[in-house]
Formats: sequence, structure tokens, C-alpha cells
Amino acid sequence: MSLAETENGALLQEKKDTIIELQGLRKIYQVPGGEVTALNGIDLSIKRGDIYGIIGMSGAGKSTLIRCINRLDTPTDGKILINGRNVLEMNRGELLAMRRRVCMIFQQFNLLMQKTVARNVRYPMEIAGVPRARANERVTELLKIVGLESKANAYPVQLSGGQKQRVAIARALASDPEVLLCDEATSALDPMTTQSILTLLQDINKRMGITIVVITHEMAVIRQICTRVAIIDGGTIVEEGPVDDVFVHTKSAAGKRLFGIIKSEEDDSAAPDVPALRIVFDGGKQNQPIISDLVRKCDVDVNILSADMKRVGGKSFGQMLIELPENMEDRAKIITYLQGQGLTVKEVLSE
Amino acid sequence: MKNLGWWQIIWQAPYIWCKDWWGAVGNAVYAAVNWLWETLFRTTVSVKSWQILWPAFGDTLYMSIVSTIVAYILGLLLGIVLSVTRKNGIRPMRTLNAVLGVIINFMRSIPFLILLAMLFPITKDVVGKKSGTVAVVFPLIMSAFPYVARMVEGSLNEVDGGVLEAAQAMGSTTFQIIRKVLLPEALPSLINGFSICMTTILAYTAMASAAAGGGLGSVAITYGLNQNRYDIMYAASIMLVVLVQIITITGTVLNRKKDHRLR
Repeated sequence: MSLAETENGALLQEKKDTIIELQGLRKIYQVPGGEVTALNGIDLSIKRGDIYGIIGMSGAGKSTLIRCINRLDTPTDGKILINGRNVLEMNRGELLAMRRRVCMIFQQFNLLMQKTVARNVRYPMEIAGVPRARANERVTELLKIVGLESKANAYPVQLSGGQKQRVAIARALASDPEVLLCDEATSALDPMTTQSILTLLQDINKRMGITIVVITHEMAVIRQICTRVAIIDGGTIVEEGPVDDVFVHTKSAAGKRLFGIIKSEEDDSAAPDVPALRIVFDGGKQNQPIISDLVRKCDVDVNILSADMKRVGGKSFGQMLIELPENMEDRAKIITYLQGQGLTVKEVLSE
Repeated sequence: MKNLGWWQIIWQAPYIWCKDWWGAVGNAVYAAVNWLWETLFRTTVSVKSWQILWPAFGDTLYMSIVSTIVAYILGLLLGIVLSVTRKNGIRPMRTLNAVLGVIINFMRSIPFLILLAMLFPITKDVVGKKSGTVAVVFPLIMSAFPYVARMVEGSLNEVDGGVLEAAQAMGSTTFQIIRKVLLPEALPSLINGFSICMTTILAYTAMASAAAGGGLGSVAITYGLNQNRYDIMYAASIMLVVLVQIITITGTVLNRKKDHRLR
């Protein structure tokens, strides 16, 4: 199975078969004094060979969702089909067999602290009854893949966070899985280590054709490795599609909030000490050097107080704060010009 | 050994076997202790006192070792069941957990001396006699295993839930998780618990032996208290103190050696 290139992903998508399908998934937790709906009717279909991202704020239900896939959590209602088989109708034996094909890595790594790295990686093979000699060979191979051959006899406590996650990945790969579920796998790591783990995951996806499902709250993770993304908010999928599409044509409020296009609340701490103007770039048609045009056409000086911009798919998202001149005429000129460019502007007055 | 049921023979035979060689060991140890005493204090150890203390020391050792082993095996199994079937355990079973919990709390709340007296008739049936070193092992086990169970349960509950979840996510059966994850991960804590249990049982043996005969406890009472032989009472106490020290230190050392989270 060739991996879909991100550019023509939509085209190749058609040819790939579905490996995980969720239908009308609901999960209601009983808590003292009522119920909490964690998942409220999730429909999702994940194709073989994809790196599928599920992103949401904390509390959106994304962890519950991924834990339902391998039935660490049992949903209240709905269907989970893996290779066409409903996980919820499996008996215990089938469930165990499924879990060996659908592996998982965690935010907190969850390594066996009293066992060496090699024995951690060997564990899935021990429980599956792989002969000792064959298992040991495979441990060496796997440690080579994740770049930790030299640490085979170390204990997890001697490793850094990134190394621990590498061991966890090697352990997950030990049972030759078809799917790798990553539950906030990089959230406990620093940016540099996150990069290297993401590269490793991408490499595994390409070389072994393993479908990867990534749960995260970090936009960067999705942008870097995912082919498709679903945005989850309040227990429902609010947006879904190829990563580029979702980024460029973000429709949902939750999506815009996650991508930093609109702030979840007005940032009062950043209130300027001079009269200022907030310019919001929402990825619309403006693709020109707005500020230099502004300076030239309106013949004013522009002082940028702060800017938080992202470029996604060749378009600008974010906001910028510029100082307003004392002269009221100039102010009006600037505002009219910017609004004429289709930008949303808002005057921010000083204290 | 006539007129005994096979189960009574099982209870009594190990003690008889131990008694056989314990005396011989005693002679060797006496020679060594006597030599040490002579060089240190220029006096000899009284043979009579030695003949009182050494068998009593053996009885105490026998009682505590046998009851610790048996109580620990029972308590370990029960503790595993308690931990595994608890609300957030790897195989929750509410009713079983609640029933076991009630039984254990009930047994733990009976003071040892009263349990000892309550069990006299049953001890007679099970062991073949009511008092003496061998007989006391039975009530010791009965009072200690619920305590061990709670101790083991505590150790197992300390194991990080995330690790158990990872093991479940890898498709482990419940038994595989217990054997390969739960017990090995809890090992250092279990070792600690074991040495605490053994010290507690050792303290109980003194009580049991004072009440139903056999061991250092009864020697301390019969000679020390009733015949004003304070030397024997102090010697018996020192022997107990040394035993407790050995057990505790061994526990701590093993714990440190086996805990790979430290370093």
C-alpha cells in the first residue's frame, strides 16, 4: 500500500480501504449527581496507511475517544469497526487478539519500571508466546529502529523522556501492529524531542505502512505529520478532512480557536499603553504586503506593537496590533484603508 | 504419631524433624558462644540456661517462619484478588471484593489473644493438640493472613495504573498482568511488607507462646516473671530484638537492591 502524498491525498484517499470506522459513538459517564456526556455521536472513518490526527481542547473527549477504539473504555452506544469487525461484540479472546494488532503509546510512557529496556520491548512477545530466541532477535531489531540499541540493559529510570517514548514505541511495534494509537504521545516532551518522536512516527508509518491515530491538543503535531485531521469539541466532531483543507478553510469556532485565529477570550494583559488598532487576519483574500501598502498609500508611520501570525497554505492567520497616530484624520484613513482590504479591525483604547 | 489424621501429621511432622537436628546445632553454637563469652567477659555461659534458651529460641523461629510462610502465601493470593477486583482494578468484581473485605476486616478486628482462645477447639481438630509450639502456628496463621492480605493489597494498589493500562492495551490476559506486571512492579514494596509482616508475627509468637506454651515468650514468663530469673528474661528479650533487627535490615537491603526506580 503506497502512502498518499499530502498534495494529492484526496485523490489517493479513494483507493484506500477503511481500517477503523466509528459509528454514532456515545459515551456517558455516571458521576455523583448526574451524567457527563464525553462523546456525543462520533462518526469517523480512518483509512489504512493514514496518519490521522484528532485534535481538541482538554475535556473535548479526545482521550475517551481513543480509549474506546481498543476498548480500554466501553462506549455507551455506537459501533467501532476495526477491519469491519465490531469491537464491542468481540469475546474476550478476540478482544485480546485485536489489542495485539492495535497498539498504543501514552503521554506518560507507562513503561515497566522494574524491567530493563529490552525486557519492556520483549513483553508483548512474551505474552503472545513468541519463542525466546526469536523474541530477543526482534528486540534488537526494534531497538535499532528507534535508535536505542545501546540502552538495551538500562532501566527506564535512567532514560530521558524522549528515550522512554522511543522504548514505548518499540514495545508497541513488537507485536507487529496494524494500527498505532498515540494518546498525547508528545505532550510531556520538549519541542526538540517532540520533533524527533514525530519524525520517528512518520518514518514508521512510511516504512511499515502502519496506520497511526494521533490524539493531541498541539496544532504543530497535526501540521507536521498528519494526513487527515478531525476537530473534536464538546464530544462531537465539528470538522474533518485533509489537513491542508481544514487549515485553510477552517469553519468551526473550535477549529479557529485551536489554530489561534481567534483568541478564546480577549487578552487583557496585552492592552497597549497607547491608542492602538487590532487587525485580524482570517486567511481571507489578502495576500499582499498590507502594512507596506498602508504606509505608502496613506502616507503614515506604522509602529507594530505586537503580532501573532501564522502562515498556513500560503495564507495569513492571526492578529496584529499597531499604534494609532495622534492625528484623528490619519486614524480614519488607516481604518478605512484596512477595511477596504477586507480586514477586520478594532480600535483598542489605552487605559 | 498414632491416631492422628494425615493432616495432623502434616502439621506435626516438620516440627519433629526440626527438633532432631536443632539440638545438634545448639551444641555447636554453644561452643562458639561460650568461647566468645570467655574472651569478652572471662565467664562461661551456664549450660542450664543455654538448655532453656536454645530450644525456646528454636521454637520461636519455627513458629514465626512457618506461620509467616503459610500466612504470606494465603495473604498474597487474597491480596491479589482484593487488588484485582477493586473498583478501578484490572478485573473489577464488586460483590466479591466487598464480601472478602468484610470477612478480612472482621478477622482483623478480633484481638489476637481472643482469637487464640476462640480457635482452641478448631486447633485441636486441625493440629491434633491445643497448646505447644506446633499448635500455636495455626491461630498465628489465622490471625496473620488477613493482615498480610491488606498489606499485599496496599503494595499492589501502589502500582501505577497507567502501566497496568498499557499492559491491558497490549492484549495481556488478567493472569499475565498479575504475574508479569503487577507482582514484579510491586516487588520492592512487597519485600518491605513481608519483613513488616514477619516482625509482627514474631511479636505475636511471644504472646502466643506466653499463653499456650513454647518459645521465648513462655520462657521469659515462666523463668523471668515467676522465678525471678531476670538473666533469662533479658536474654530472651535480646534474642527477640536481634531477630527483629535481622529481619528488618534484610528487608531494607533487599528492597533497595530490587528497586530499579532508584539510582
